[in-house]
Amino acid sequence: MTSSDDLPPGDAAPAEKRANVALFVTCLVDLFRPSIGFATVKLLEEAGLRVSVPQGQTCCGQPAYNSGDRKNAMAIAKQTITALEPFDYVVAPSGSCAAMISAHYPDLMRADIQWSKRARAVAMKTFEITQFLVDVLKVEKVDARFEEDVVYHDSCSGLRELKIKSQPRKLLSSVDGLHFKELMDEEGCCGFGGTFCVKYSDVSNKIVDRKTQAIEASGAETLIAGDLGCLMNMAGKLSRAGSSVRVRHVAEVLAGMTDGPAIGEPQPDE
Amino acid sequence: MDATAKSFKDQAKDGLENATLQDALGKLGFGFPLLRQMAADGLPEFDALRDQGRDIKNHVLEHLDYYLERFEEQVTGHGGQVHWCPTDGDARDAILKICQEARAKTVTKGKSMVTEEIAINAHLEAHGIKAIETDLGEYIIQLRNEPPSHIVGPAIHLNKEQIAGTFRSHHKELDPDRSLEEVPALVREAREVLRQKYIDADVGITGANFLVAETGSSIIVTNEGNGDLSQSLPRIHIVVASIEKVVPTLEDACTFLRLLARSATGQEFSAYTTFSTGPKRPDDPDGPEQYHVILLDNGRSDLLGTEFQDVLRCIRCGACMNHCPVYTSVGGHAYGSVYPGPIGSVLTPALAGIDQSHHLPNASTFCGKCEEVCPMRIPLPKMMRYWRERAFDQGQDPVAARWALAFWATAARWPALYHFGANVMTRLLHFMGKREGHLVRLPFAGGWTRHRDFPTPERATFQSQWRKRL
Repeated sequence: MTSSDDLPPGDAAPAEKRANVALFVTCLVDLFRPSIGFATVKLLEEAGLRVSVPQGQTCCGQPAYNSGDRKNAMAIAKQTITALEPFDYVVAPSGSCAAMISAHYPDLMRADIQWSKRARAVAMKTFEITQFLVDVLKVEKVDARFEEDVVYHDSCSGLRELKIKSQPRKLLSSVDGLHFKELMDEEGCCGFGGTFCVKYSDVSNKIVDRKTQAIEASGAETLIAGDLGCLMNMAGKLSRAGSSVRVRHVAEVLAGMTDGPAIGEPQPDE
Repeated sequence: MDATAKSFKDQAKDGLENATLQDALGKLGFGFPLLRQMAADGLPEFDALRDQGRDIKNHVLEHLDYYLERFEEQVTGHGGQVHWCPTDGDARDAILKICQEARAKTVTKGKSMVTEEIAINAHLEAHGIKAIETDLGEYIIQLRNEPPSHIVGPAIHLNKEQIAGTFRSHHKELDPDRSLEEVPALVREAREVLRQKYIDADVGITGANFLVAETGSSIIVTNEGNGDLSQSLPRIHIVVASIEKVVPTLEDACTFLRLLARSATGQEFSAYTTFSTGPKRPDDPDGPEQYHVILLDNGRSDLLGTEFQDVLRCIRCGACMNHCPVYTSVGGHAYGSVYPGPIGSVLTPALAGIDQSHHLPNASTFCGKCEEVCPMRIPLPKMMRYWRERAFDQGQDPVAARWALAFWATAARWPALYHFGANVMTRLLHFMGKREGHLVRLPFAGGWTRHRDFPTPERATFQSQWRKRL
């Protein structure tokens, strides 16, 4: 990976001067696909940063926040802010969780002056992984190989709340062998919506069905996106429909960690 | 139609299973967004206009009383009359009184969502006055006794074969062997049937897209010209408008006009944009003898100064529903309310009560597309979340969902316990599904596995693997 040598102090700097990054791994990655977390760590370490995984983190609180349970959302947000505030940066392999911290925590905490201040401070240094690599570290390209035709799905939160659009495409286009196919309505929602997909299962199914048909029609071999919730939703639907399209998180592809099974593929014993 | 917002889930299922509707929604969800995008791209200052529109509306909402009183002064000055109606019942009474005093037998109506909101047609019918919808879509659904399914295209859920069938069963006096296969034939027939009704009507009722405080004018935006005939041919013109429709000046109105059609249908301008200012003046060749404006509040002023105030900026373009993944999946009738789609999900709880409509703000993926395309930049997802908070505080959501959320939230607040429990669960699921790579069925997750497989987790949580690495 090549990066410009200005901000933040990268691998050229002595270890103690390197920026300290907290990985906010996200509950879904923690539970269901740790390899995305390790891929993110690899990308950050290769950029010369020191990566920590604060143990005080669990989930960003979005399920409570979006269910109208403000009290629990605030309690979880306080815990997360406390765990993340000692670091120079916070990076998450998810536009949705990064946006929860950077776009929603300040609003959630607005009634409490002290917490609101702390929420804003953490919000300002929290980024989604491709956004962090491109916009903060000024990374131009990655050292990875992935010889497949792919489509990229823009997950809603990252796209509309964090304006993540060009960053993943810029990095992916530097991956050797990777070829983009056109995906119709690539900015259209996949129907995941957190608890929406189980609360309004039939409606969600219709939306994801439309999405996976577009993915099938694109002729791509692999679907890539930046949010595991959306990826599991689309992977689950593709699998149920008997599709051969594989599904991977953008961090796995950028880190060159694509030897293991894709999301929803059989996992051989180690 | 006895749809209510309470039975959203069942009505959504009906919509999902209705093949004709799905066909129509597919076209709508593809066509309207494309046309809107082309119209927006064709106007370099489109986004600047949106900011301007938002700012004007915000200003008006901060000074609503002032502008409404200026508007009334102007209307009165032109010889018209303003009727202040706090509730839908007050509006119905006021309209009925005007019609009865005029000994009206029939009323023609231009397209108006607010008259749907106050259900004026049934009220007039109950008092022996026939209300005739003259907008083609509204006319069709009136014949079919259905509510509108879209605020701009009320009959968008129907195809032309269904409409031909409706016309054949209602227009019995016409030649039964006539051809109604093509759209122009349907339009021609509706036009011929309606023509005499305009002339016979005693009262014309229209809505208003805007009320202009500066001049006392009401503005309607249409593509069929039916609204113009409804408001200029009968002796009496009644404008029914909600209070947030007022704008300060004609110039301000033009800002909104430039946004409205582009956002709604992708047109630069609608076919007709008609300004009405008071009754016929002595020198006018024609026009109504009386000009009434029904100013409806119906819960709107309660939103002023609350976290929901911004929803009053809405100019009813329908862009939010055209772009909504939920609306374009289930159609407008699923919402069981006059206003469907994202705007309805915010407005209906305000009008009907959140206890009657908690599904609506909950049935959203929060994809944010509605806010992205809203010409008034209304933060619709944020407002839906505020409604969710009120619904949660009142215990509207299902008990099982509350318990699941409470269980999860408690766990999430004890990181050590959470990490332990998470790892146990992950290992178990991994063991259950590693061979296939996915689980076809999963306890407590039927909502997921009914339609999709559940990808098997990797062998242990990230946190447990990370601790070993350290």
